[in-house]
Amino acid sequence: MYELKFDPAICEKCKSCDCIMKCQYIDMDLEKAKEEHRKLVRGEDSEILTQCVTCYACEEYCPYHNHPFYLIVERQEEKGIHPVPKPIEKSQVVMMAPKGRIGEKAAAEPVINLCYFPMLKGSISGKLYEGTSLILGSDIFCNLMFLHFARNSVIKERLPAMMDNIMKYHLNPGGAKEFICYHDECYGTYTSWAPAFGMEVPFKPIHLFDFLYNRLKELKSDIKPLNIKVAYQRPCSSRLCPEMDHFVDDIFELIGVERPEREYDRENALCCGGVLEAQQRFDLTEENQTKNIEDMKATGATHCVFNCPFCFFTLMGKVSEKGMTPILMSDLCRMALGE
Amino acid sequence: MDTIYKKIADIVGSNYVSNAAEELYIYSRDQGVQPARLPDYVVMPNSTEEVQKIVALANKEKIPIVPMGGALVLSGLTIPQRGGIVLDMKRMNRILEVNEKSHYAVVEAGTSQGMLQAYLKKHHPKLKHSVPDAPPVATIGGNIAIHGSGHLSQSEGGFHTEMVTGLEVVLASGEAVKLGSCSTVPKWFSRAPIPDLAGLFMGWNGTTGVITKIGLKLFPSPKLKDVMMFMTEDVDSITDILFRIIDTEMAEDIAFFVSPKPAYFEGYQLIMISVVANSEKEMKLRLELIRESVREYIDSKEAGFLPLPPYMKVKLVGAPQKNLSEFADVMKGGGFEYVGAIMPVESIPEAYRAGLEITSKHDITYSMGARIVGRGSCVMFYYAYPFNRADSKNIETVAKALEETNEKALEIGGIPWKTEISGQQLILERMEPGTYKMMTEIRKLLDPNGIMNPGNWEVQS
Ligand SMILES: Cc1cc2nc3c(=O)[nH]c(=O)nc-3n(C[C@H](O)[C@H](O)[C@H](O)COP(=O)(O)OP(=O)(O)OC[C@H]3O[C@@H](n4cnc5c(N)ncnc54)[C@H](O)[C@@H]3O)c2cc1C
Ligand code: SF4
Ligand code: SF4
Repeated sequence: MYELKFDPAICEKCKSCDCIMKCQYIDMDLEKAKEEHRKLVRGEDSEILTQCVTCYACEEYCPYHNHPFYLIVERQEEKGIHPVPKPIEKSQVVMMAPKGRIGEKAAAEPVINLCYFPMLKGSISGKLYEGTSLILGSDIFCNLMFLHFARNSVIKERLPAMMDNIMKYHLNPGGAKEFICYHDECYGTYTSWAPAFGMEVPFKPIHLFDFLYNRLKELKSDIKPLNIKVAYQRPCSSRLCPEMDHFVDDIFELIGVERPEREYDRENALCCGGVLEAQQRFDLTEENQTKNIEDMKATGATHCVFNCPFCFFTLMGKVSEKGMTPILMSDLCRMALGE
Repeated sequence: MDTIYKKIADIVGSNYVSNAAEELYIYSRDQGVQPARLPDYVVMPNSTEEVQKIVALANKEKIPIVPMGGALVLSGLTIPQRGGIVLDMKRMNRILEVNEKSHYAVVEAGTSQGMLQAYLKKHHPKLKHSVPDAPPVATIGGNIAIHGSGHLSQSEGGFHTEMVTGLEVVLASGEAVKLGSCSTVPKWFSRAPIPDLAGLFMGWNGTTGVITKIGLKLFPSPKLKDVMMFMTEDVDSITDILFRIIDTEMAEDIAFFVSPKPAYFEGYQLIMISVVANSEKEMKLRLELIRESVREYIDSKEAGFLPLPPYMKVKLVGAPQKNLSEFADVMKGGGFEYVGAIMPVESIPEAYRAGLEITSKHDITYSMGARIVGRGSCVMFYYAYPFNRADSKNIETVAKALEETNEKALEIGGIPWKTEISGQQLILERMEPGTYKMMTEIRKLLDPNGIMNPGNWEVQS
């Protein structure tokens, strides 16, 4: 029912095959990359299908926004390829399923959608979030994480009901039309994945960074510049909305934080390793995390900031071991407000 | 005044003996399904000499005597079947010696697992003892009396009784005897090379004497800890997977478990692997070798390691594991009992299927699992059934399920451990007559008046 809007003609004409050539996990020369990509497009077996670690990055690399990553996931599922061992995949499908516990809770704007991270409720406090309404839970969970499991079908099946729930139980009763996505993953779902599959989105999603930036501007007089260097760990889902990355620089400027130039930031960012571990690529996990954290440390950063709670939980221990403080973006902003 | 009471009070002081109804009530039951039975006295001795005097008195007066530690055995083994004295050992909790140079400790039998663990952590951080997953108030003596096992049973030699280097025991006559090297030289390093009499008191549920002191092996306590969780849904592959992991010799504790709750674990088999190391390099190597051992399963995509977030790891690296204690009260009625059956590793799939059948037949909730003992020589397979103590129907159903589980465990070639009196009957029915005869004769010799925890390990008429 929901078909991927992918145009094979664009790929046919594409000379650079950036989706594969820029990929940090697949090493092919241009000829081979084009050939394997062609196979992918034609629905044939392609090495890309098993080598892809589902880092989402080619969604950003493709200059024509032709959704190479979504195509890979579609093909993986068609061919019964399981990037994550089957029992873990199946158990996650059950774990993250809607529990049907939602009830009416009117949400007036500004509304924060905390995704399915109940453990982070405490983060939504202080001046930044004054007057906001909070919504969260399994019944409004975007389920985009199933891209990592090659289970696009789960997203297709669950997302329409999730959007209905958001409208019916939260936005409509509160007269709200938009909400702030605490997690890039939700924002990417509504601004990238849903349109790519022709799914209508009945509300306006706002990126957390957009919200934080504007809120900090309003509270400018309360900001005490932090004067620290902070390394940024880009999450996979930020690849679905690279246009939001400038807000990191804008926010840092407002709160007196330096985002040091480093090898594994911006387009060249590395996966935190959580997904690699679930995919049982243990050596790669170790290699990635070591490279990434050493790169952060070499810049003299004292903190490592995350937007994705999953990246935060995955890397917090290792970042701390190297003497840096792991912190969520939202908490970093609160720190600048003296909280 | 009751003359027995007075005589006991003369031995331990009046604060440490009671025949008050409310105290007798508490000591008449445990958390399991076994029927309560009131003792006549509860006594808390403070020394071997006091134990000797109490036991001598009981022997003379032919009063049954039931030693008790934390009373956490769950299967009614501290319920005084024929009344008499419950001898609560908790005051005898002194840690008498920790020999760092020879890696052993000598403790009084009422020393709790928690106390010894905390003491070692504080004063001898390089050493540790093997800890059962029981709540920390469980005593070393109670655990030895039933052949307990714990977090080092996989890697460090087996059941906790195999870690005992010596005992001091008070016999029914009131005599105290030392067993092991401590009987001949002043050190508690080993039960060998002299005839091993300690076995006369371990696994006997307190029916042969009161254990008063224990020499216990200690083991190195590396500072780094990690935990891995392997998941599959093919129970028939479990034996092979377990041996691959065991045979790496890289894991400290290895435990298999299944549970219908939370729902996302239902139908899956999980193996928890604890790993310790002295350095990052060593840890890396250990984890790598364990992962490699099951590479074939990973590559088949039919099994794999669950990524564990740090907050979950923190919960899982500790000993004792609190999961089972937390699970014990899921029915919110404070009732909990489990069949722990000792069986070969290869019996796990059959044991698991039998558990599913029994729990579904009785429609009761469960947690099942198995801890590897002695590098795979056997496992302690548990079938844990929580229940609501205020619901007599629920108690009856769980009691039936426990009985059937005991029978099934024997049928598949296992032996119920620390089992209720009814479970003991099932074992004795199947035991070689010569073995049972020898057990009975030994008991007659050690306890001619039959005062030591009577009702246990004897064929019921
Ligand atoms: C949640 C939970 C988890 C558990 N996990 C484990 C586990 O991992 N491993 C394990 O081994 N057990 C486990 N157990 C079972 C049990 O609690 C432990 O074995 C515990 O160590 C028993 O010790 P206790 O002091 O409570 O013994 P008690 O229950 O007091 O006594 C047990 C038996 O020993 C006899 N006894 C007690 N003290 C003496 C003595 N000084 N001399 C002679 N006989 C004596 C008693 O008469 C009785 O027959 C668990 C229990 C629970 C509730
Ligand atoms: S997906 Fe984009 S980058 Fe890749 S071949 Fe097609 S057009 Fe080129
Ligand atoms: S998702 Fe990541 S790993 Fe997969 S092909 Fe795209 S860039 Fe490469």
